Amino acid sequence: MALDFSLSVDQEAIADAFGAFFAAESPIDVVRGAEPLGYSPRLWQKLGSLEAPGMSVPPHAGGGGATLSDLVVVAEALGESIAPVPLVEHWVASRAYPTPEIVSGDQIAAIALRPADAEGIWRLVPGGAVAGVVVGVDGDELVAVHSSAPMVSPRNHGSAPLADRSARGGQRVVLGEAADLDRYLDLWRVLTAAALVGIAERAMRMGVDYVLERHQFGRPIGSFQSIQHGLADLPALVDGGRFLAHKAAWAFDAGLVDGAGVIDMDEGNITEFAPLAAMALVHAADAAAVSTDRSLHYHGGYGFSLEYDIQLYFRRARGWANIIGDLSLQRRRLADLLWGRAEATAGR
Amino acid sequence: MDFRLTEQHEALRSEIRACIDAHIDDEVIERAHRTGANHCVELAKALGDSGLLAQAMPGEGQDPMAMWMLSSEAEKAGAPFDSVGMALVIAGVLNEAGTAAQNQRVTAALLAGEEFVCFGLTEPDGGSDLPAITTRAVRDGDEWVINGSKMWTTMAQVSDWVFLLTRTDSNAGRYGGFTVFIIPMDTPGITIDPIHTMSTERSNATFYDDVRVGDEWVVGEANEGWRVVSIMFGFERGMANTGALTPLLARFGKWAEASGVIADPVHRERMAQVAIDAQVAELLTQRTAWTAAVGEPSGTEGSIAKVFATEAYQRHARWAQAAAGPEGLLGLNEPGAATDGWIDHDVRHSVPQTFQGGTTEINRNNIAERHLNLPRAR
Ligand SMILES: Cc1cc2nc3c(=O)[nH]c(=O)nc-3n(C[C@H](O)[C@H](O)[C@H](O)COP(=O)(O)OP(=O)(O)OC[C@H]3O[C@@H](n4cnc5c(N)ncnc54)[C@H](O)[C@@H]3O)c2cc1C
Repeated sequence: MALDFSLSVDQEAIADAFGAFFAAESPIDVVRGAEPLGYSPRLWQKLGSLEAPGMSVPPHAGGGGATLSDLVVVAEALGESIAPVPLVEHWVASRAYPTPEIVSGDQIAAIALRPADAEGIWRLVPGGAVAGVVVGVDGDELVAVHSSAPMVSPRNHGSAPLADRSARGGQRVVLGEAADLDRYLDLWRVLTAAALVGIAERAMRMGVDYVLERHQFGRPIGSFQSIQHGLADLPALVDGGRFLAHKAAWAFDAGLVDGAGVIDMDEGNITEFAPLAAMALVHAADAAAVSTDRSLHYHGGYGFSLEYDIQLYFRRARGWANIIGDLSLQRRRLADLLWGRAEATAGR
Repeated sequence: MDFRLTEQHEALRSEIRACIDAHIDDEVIERAHRTGANHCVELAKALGDSGLLAQAMPGEGQDPMAMWMLSSEAEKAGAPFDSVGMALVIAGVLNEAGTAAQNQRVTAALLAGEEFVCFGLTEPDGGSDLPAITTRAVRDGDEWVINGSKMWTTMAQVSDWVFLLTRTDSNAGRYGGFTVFIIPMDTPGITIDPIHTMSTERSNATFYDDVRVGDEWVVGEANEGWRVVSIMFGFERGMANTGALTPLLARFGKWAEASGVIADPVHRERMAQVAIDAQVAELLTQRTAWTAAVGEPSGTEGSIAKVFATEAYQRHARWAQAAAGPEGLLGLNEPGAATDGWIDHDVRHSVPQTFQGGTTEINRNNIAERHLNLPRAR
């Protein structure tokens, strides 16, 4: 074991295979065609034929048994092409509730990031508009509820298949205690971070391509230094997000969970999964927000028009991240993990 | 990807740490701040004696992780290490481009922690535009005669050697016609004027009046000096001085706990952000070392790490000072100072980090042109 920032040979193969898959099967007209719901049944079906929906489930439960590090590679590829499928949510929910229909992808599962409210409703569940099963917390319990997917979503910023779903109507299976949700949310954080890194990376490259092509004042706008410098800040954000997502996944795959890893603020040494997952999400959300913002800005007015693709990335950068709630609260939660809960904040 | 250090690296880190702990205490740190030289002979000698400097020297076949670990452990401990870091860089350059005699005489002494070297590159009119320097070395019989002046020759007052960039042919194009020398500081004709700064680090202007040296002090070939300084930049950038956020946050965290500020959700949120940026800075720095180790450096990893780490250091030091209120304004070791005055020091010390070793703008140019493949800026 030694420090290594490269993908393994297997992961390179996964990256190539899914990169090629999304490029071929989820080009931008598929993304546009899936709006406003943000879901392409055809694309989901094709993922099913690759056995992608069951990748996160262990082999003994019939799944592909991919490591979290492998899933991070796929999630980044998905983010790069903003593929209109709730694969991340499905992977997380299927870890909690791996029925054969879910593992095969015949039934889509989603995960409610917030507990059901007093009326027993999970609000704005990502993937909820198209999922036949939702996993989430209701009261003291972690449950899976089967009910029919509404297949409509309120119009939303990232054109995501969001829906309010009942935690009580429909077939209800108790999976565990409410606190069990935490570890699934951490998986969601890491995989969503990876998808956001994909968004940030692609947006950066779209920006670079555009400024090389677009001429003003008789030269490519990419030769203006202010534009160059705005873009030059992005590789650190993108690479940092990628490394954080991979480090979190590495910690998970190495079993550095529930206190088995290190949190040493004097040394700056952090190998425990949960804080790394929190860091990955917050940083990747920032990276995607900044990258899409700069890239869109350097498109000038065209970036604002529906016709240009950068606006699709800009909206998903925000939509995919903010669905978990105010990112400031995610930072405070990270502070709880690093320094312990402060009494004054405990009641908030 | 793998984020674990090898057992050998863990052992090396412990050895480095033990050596630093054995030679650094509050008094040594205080002395460095008082004298303006981020320099400790005892520490350098101890690191040299234990062979750690030889191990950490950058270059082909060397382990870049060792240099990163040495620098990062020194930063965490607040140890006066700059003179050693500079010695390592020049030892690496001489090892790659110097003569056997130079290595015997200079490199060995640098790696023993017994002699020190300053960098004479920047000039009053040649900063970011380094090829604009005008210090000249002219051939006179068997000798070179050097005339000119250098700015920001940090550590000159404690150095035995100067690594000096000169012009030897002004008709050889932008990057042609430079020659690098390694020269004893006590050579007649060299004088030093201190430059005092807003922080506790002193620098110098150095002057070269009819300084006569022989061919034995030319590093690499005459007129091939740009290649030599390029090797140096490769060693210098993005592997050291990127770890300042960790000690900043550690000290702020302790003060926040003692003062009760830790309970404030707004401060907790920002502390978490500092922790994230510290992780990112470390990962980007480790990546720089790793690409060098596997022999695939693109030349921009260091710029990417340096810009991110130093910009974040400045931003967060200034926040920490504001968050600490009046007590954050008090200097090192003043009674009642938040973090014993380290916050005040960090705000000052972080200022030059965004120009030393190439300014943020010059590094962004490098990233834009060589990583993003954008055209040369105008
Ligand atoms: C504390 C300290 C220690 C140092 N130690 C040493 C040392 O030991 N040896 C040594 O040789 N040098 C040393 N330096 C010098 C350092 O390398 C220079 O300060 C640096 O190269 C910048 O040069 P300058 O200060 O002349 O600024 P200038 O080059 O004049 O730059 C001024 C401003 O203009 C910007 N700028 C310049 N060119 C461009 C461009 N093309 N595009 C956009 N913006 C641009 C810069 O980014 C900067 O913000 C040290 C400096 C400091 C502050």
